[in-house]
Amino acid sequence: MSQNTAAFLYLISSVLFVLALRGLSSPTTARQGNLFGIVGMVIAVATTLAMPNVLSYTTILVAVLIGGTAGTFIALRIQMTALPQLVAAFHSLVGLAAVFVAGAAFYAPEAYGLGAPGAIAAGSLVEMSLGTAIGAITFTGSIIAFGKLQGLITGKPLVFFGQHFVNLALGIGLVVLIVWFATAQPALGFWAIVLISLLLGVLLIVPIGGADMPVVISMLNSYSGWAACGIGFTLSNPALIITGALVGSSGAILSYIMCKGMNRSFFSVILGGFGGETDAAAMDLGDRTVKSGSAADASFIMENAASVIIVPGYGMAVAQAQHALREMADLLKSKGVTVRYAIHPVAGRMPGHMNVLLAEANVPYDEVLELDEINRDFPSNDVAFVIGANDVTNPSAKTDPTSPIYGMPILDVERSGTVLFVKRSLASGYAGVDNPLFYRDNTMMLFGDAKQMCEGIIKALE
Amino acid sequence: MASEKFTQGMERLAESAADVASQADALAAQAAALVAPAAPAASGGTTFVMLFTIFVLAVFVGYYVVWNVTPALHSPLMSVTNAISSVIIVGALIAAGPADWHLSKVFGFVAVALASVNIFGGFIVTQRMLQMFKKKK
Repeated sequence: MSQNTAAFLYLISSVLFVLALRGLSSPTTARQGNLFGIVGMVIAVATTLAMPNVLSYTTILVAVLIGGTAGTFIALRIQMTALPQLVAAFHSLVGLAAVFVAGAAFYAPEAYGLGAPGAIAAGSLVEMSLGTAIGAITFTGSIIAFGKLQGLITGKPLVFFGQHFVNLALGIGLVVLIVWFATAQPALGFWAIVLISLLLGVLLIVPIGGADMPVVISMLNSYSGWAACGIGFTLSNPALIITGALVGSSGAILSYIMCKGMNRSFFSVILGGFGGETDAAAMDLGDRTVKSGSAADASFIMENAASVIIVPGYGMAVAQAQHALREMADLLKSKGVTVRYAIHPVAGRMPGHMNVLLAEANVPYDEVLELDEINRDFPSNDVAFVIGANDVTNPSAKTDPTSPIYGMPILDVERSGTVLFVKRSLASGYAGVDNPLFYRDNTMMLFGDAKQMCEGIIKALE
Repeated sequence: MASEKFTQGMERLAESAADVASQADALAAQAAALVAPAAPAASGGTTFVMLFTIFVLAVFVGYYVVWNVTPALHSPLMSVTNAISSVIIVGALIAAGPADWHLSKVFGFVAVALASVNIFGGFIVTQRMLQMFKKKK
């Protein structure tokens, strides 16, 4: 195959990747988009296999079989509630693959047309070290994110004295190493870059609290794209550069949307130390009283309402309550109640997590609405059913300038006729902020596990 | 009568298209002639600038395409971008390609396996998610 043919085929696969993302603009075209992505990948791989210096097909087949089997097995078995950790784990693999490809290019530059070992152009070495560094940071950063999401590492932010100075020093060290590597090209330099970057990846993610994970996971998504880009520059491969840039900007946009959903700057998230799961079971109530009710009370209220808006949050995912919730909604609908769902941008542990869980429970996607689509409907709504969400409904984000979450866009559930709030205890949300919603006259707390509460309501409705 | 006119029109269109094509050919040849002597002289710089141009344009394409993604599909967006970023397998295949074993081939082998986990896993999990998004009956 001539170089031009190969370049042309790589272009086709890049266009198919763009179409894969384009398809996601609507659920009706999304599956077709995914197909485009698969075809694009097949074309890119086949083009590379047809290159004259790619000879050992058996070795490659073995590697693809090992990886492909593992990937298929994991993807078919994973529970949708565990999606965030799965994505984090997959990001780490892209990062590690980037490090290995950069290593291969360093030890056998002639295979990539980069010259002989020890005589690689300085520009290529800089590109190579950027790909390596971003890849290594993505690798360890994603592993830490995976650990936090899976509960292997505490979700609390880990901060120590002088943390930012250590990171800064490591960052400067990395730049110095890259300059040294690009001028003298020692093998030691390459491995030092890998080592420092691996360490930096750990230190960057460790101080970030569990509930900031939507930002972190989007950011690592972005990094994995930039790592691919760095490798694309090293190998002068436009397909890699285009795809890396698509992924990089996609992750960056998602991080931006998540930050905006929390009204926090990207830097304050990255610097970390915010939030952490508070375990305080009971708070000082003062003279405020809380009205609490049973499943039977809740079913009575909702049965007699004209419209109910359900506000799900991470707690619903933890309790695996989505199926029971949908059953409850179906019963209400059969009794003539209009039921809709309101999703806050940062509900869950990754962007769009709640939508996937509701879709898994067979909730039609046209009943599931975003914050700006539904927020205006709360004043005319009878019952808001908050399940597993907390901070995203906290009215003090609008009224109390001293609140840490002041300015965060929230769902105006308190404007509904009645608010039913399913919660295990009165503990505050991850931001550590008390929610005045609990003490309002039109709020009824339903204390208990989200799933059991839904099942209780189903029984009462039947 | 009308169809005759139509055929004539089409013929004229075809002629002018052929004209344009031959002009484009000539233009391409000229461009190639212009670039040919310059390319070997400054291959490093020119290649980088060309690649960087592609990079910047691709970032813009990504920016506009991703803003059009509906928020409900942000999770599938993450998993599909994860799958396509594994196109890094292209570099891994070249490293694993040579017939004889040495360090870079080992690296290539590992990278091919890692990227394959992502390609298969990423596309399959995206498909699983998208399968679940259904309209109201």
